[in-house]
Amino acid sequence: MTESNLPVLILLLPLVGFLINGVVLPLFHRGFAKASALESGFVATFAIGTAFVLAVVAVCGITGHVEPGESPALGSTVYQWLEIGNFKIPFELRIDRLSGVLVLIITGVGSLIHLYSIGYMSHEKCVGRYFSYLNLFCFAMLLLVMGNNLALLFFGWEGVGLCSYLLIGFWYADTEKANAGKKAFIVNRIGDLGFLIGMFLIYKTFGTLTITEIRSAILSGPGISASLATAICLALFVGATGKSAQIPLFVWLPDAMSGPTPVSALIHAATMVTAGVYMIARLNPLFDLSPVAMSVVANIGAFTALMAGTIAIAQKDIKKVLAYSTVSQLGFMFLACGVGAYQTAVFHLMTHAFFKALLFLGSGSVIHACSGEQDMTKMGGLKKHLPHTYLTMLAGSLAISGIPIFSGFFSKDEILYSTIALPGGQSHLFFVGVFTAALTAIYTGRMLAMTFFGSERLDHEKLHHLHESPATMLIPLYVLAVLATFGGLLGVPHLLGAALGHIPHVLSHWLDPVIQTRNLPLVGVQLSLHEGLVMGGSIVLAVSCFILGLKSFKEKFNISQFIPSTAGLQKLWENKYYVDECYHLLVVNPLRKLGDFSANIIDKLVIDNVVVSVGRATRDLGKRVRTIQTGDIQTYALGLGIGLIVLLWMAYKILP
Amino acid sequence: METTIQVLAAFLFALGLLTVMVRRNTIIILMGIEMMLNAANLSLVGFAQYLSQVDGQIQVFFTITIAAAESAIGLSILVNLYRHFNSIKTENAATLKG
Repeated sequence: MTESNLPVLILLLPLVGFLINGVVLPLFHRGFAKASALESGFVATFAIGTAFVLAVVAVCGITGHVEPGESPALGSTVYQWLEIGNFKIPFELRIDRLSGVLVLIITGVGSLIHLYSIGYMSHEKCVGRYFSYLNLFCFAMLLLVMGNNLALLFFGWEGVGLCSYLLIGFWYADTEKANAGKKAFIVNRIGDLGFLIGMFLIYKTFGTLTITEIRSAILSGPGISASLATAICLALFVGATGKSAQIPLFVWLPDAMSGPTPVSALIHAATMVTAGVYMIARLNPLFDLSPVAMSVVANIGAFTALMAGTIAIAQKDIKKVLAYSTVSQLGFMFLACGVGAYQTAVFHLMTHAFFKALLFLGSGSVIHACSGEQDMTKMGGLKKHLPHTYLTMLAGSLAISGIPIFSGFFSKDEILYSTIALPGGQSHLFFVGVFTAALTAIYTGRMLAMTFFGSERLDHEKLHHLHESPATMLIPLYVLAVLATFGGLLGVPHLLGAALGHIPHVLSHWLDPVIQTRNLPLVGVQLSLHEGLVMGGSIVLAVSCFILGLKSFKEKFNISQFIPSTAGLQKLWENKYYVDECYHLLVVNPLRKLGDFSANIIDKLVIDNVVVSVGRATRDLGKRVRTIQTGDIQTYALGLGIGLIVLLWMAYKILP
Repeated sequence: METTIQVLAAFLFALGLLTVMVRRNTIIILMGIEMMLNAANLSLVGFAQYLSQVDGQIQVFFTITIAAAESAIGLSILVNLYRHFNSIKTENAATLKG
């Protein structure tokens, strides 16, 4: 590991931005709501943009001197955070090749979203608060990614959760939005409990929480029993399901869409929700020890992808479609992790960060143009009004649908292929994956058709206000569109690369030192016939489904309008499989009843009675004892005299 | 001779204490306190002579001075007591009764 100050600087810049926006500017302006969007936005964007430049320098510097048996990295130990006996937590930051990719995504996509926010939030009050939260989020996320210690990672993990809560509930005056923030926070607590248990088990097993030490202990040491590894991995995975919105804890993410749209793009699409995937990729030697846990991860991922994909196809709200699409794509990432294709998961994480941030920002541009309208059934025909937004969103849609050349094609195809090519894969995972990929293309086409094509259904007032977004919003859209289009070229599959003349799978080679793949490597694998078949099939499927979605849903919005027999299914999907209702019935209501019981029975009858009777007993005792106080001075003098005599008696008779 | 003085001092002290405890008139109580102080003085002087040292006699001067101050304060309290309760009997000044 090369010593360097860069990680510290990258980490601290957003924190400084947070402090300027949160403390200095309010003090300077003598008020919290006085800084303009341009002013506070500039501070925040400058902070994270500088961090991005430093991150580029840092990642370029990773390829330095490498100790044998160690992955190349930049790092620095800032100070000893905690030291209790043998339990030590150094505040150690580390940028290796895996976290380097994540740092680039966070600061890069983060800068674009900060820039976009200047335009998007220009009509809002309290933008200073918004930008300070956004910077604080980047700080926490960078800490999560760079911390070379599970405790630091957990610190960042909780920090991003806090910022997510603050930003979802940014318009806290609206109770529904405030409740969505609370829901996100509380659901994440359940996952965090699992994560904590996993951490405790790791400490008990390995005696350390430092990630590099855990990795080397697993890779070189005698190893641990499979059942213990399974327990640790499953506990950690519970944490991942909370943060990354997988079954059973995915319910918070769709509600989180009530926050400002750039927040959805940054936190609930590009960065925070991928923390679970990052954590698993980071601890990949540990997960490799437990085939059971891996299988659970893969299955949960696959079925989350399927479930969310089907829900997305029946939603009306443009942001809800994207939210379920995010859940679905995260499911794909976990599927990749679960079959052992960690590089592929990180690859999909990266391309997803590009195209989903793009889609969210594009939807934000649409919503901004339509004066806050989010219902796609009331949009339609926006193509000629919003040409730039349309163009960039088209690039994002083609990417997520898996149309060749666009980035999503490469990563999704690689995931599908790895479900059958790797020993951890199972055939049902492959079919679920293919079906979900087809669904993805359909609902993305549907979203585009409902928004940009068909008749203009916007009401007169809003149609009048319709306008293309300002440059601060369009520049990030175009940059992300370029990334979403060409980002996939970092991971050209072996077959195509060989056909076109030795184009390597750049990302996979890049990540090789960090991810010790025990499974067959994806690159240079045999079975090129299978690879070709999967690729060809997925191209045909993606293109045909995308066109189907685009053509079919211009005037009719639901599947049941084409196939009447699916009306029941449509209702099920529209209501999100009634998962929220089930949780209300099974968890929330019993808890409320327990709360009522505690408040009315335990608190009012038991605890109150105990407290009141203690008070009453004291008072009664006091009533009896008060008669000693006669108020007569001579009684007191008598007591004094008796006391004196007793003392003298003691001094002469007892003490010597 | 020495024993007689000490016994007399003890007798005076007991008499003073009894006065303080039994009498209800505050002036008499103050006089009882004076009597106890002077009993102590007597005892000190007696011991000083017995031990052929002047320490005890010097101590007595201090006691007398403090006794003067004490009776001045006591009498001023007494005056306030009278203004407040229109009486100097202790049983009337029993408002701290629990």
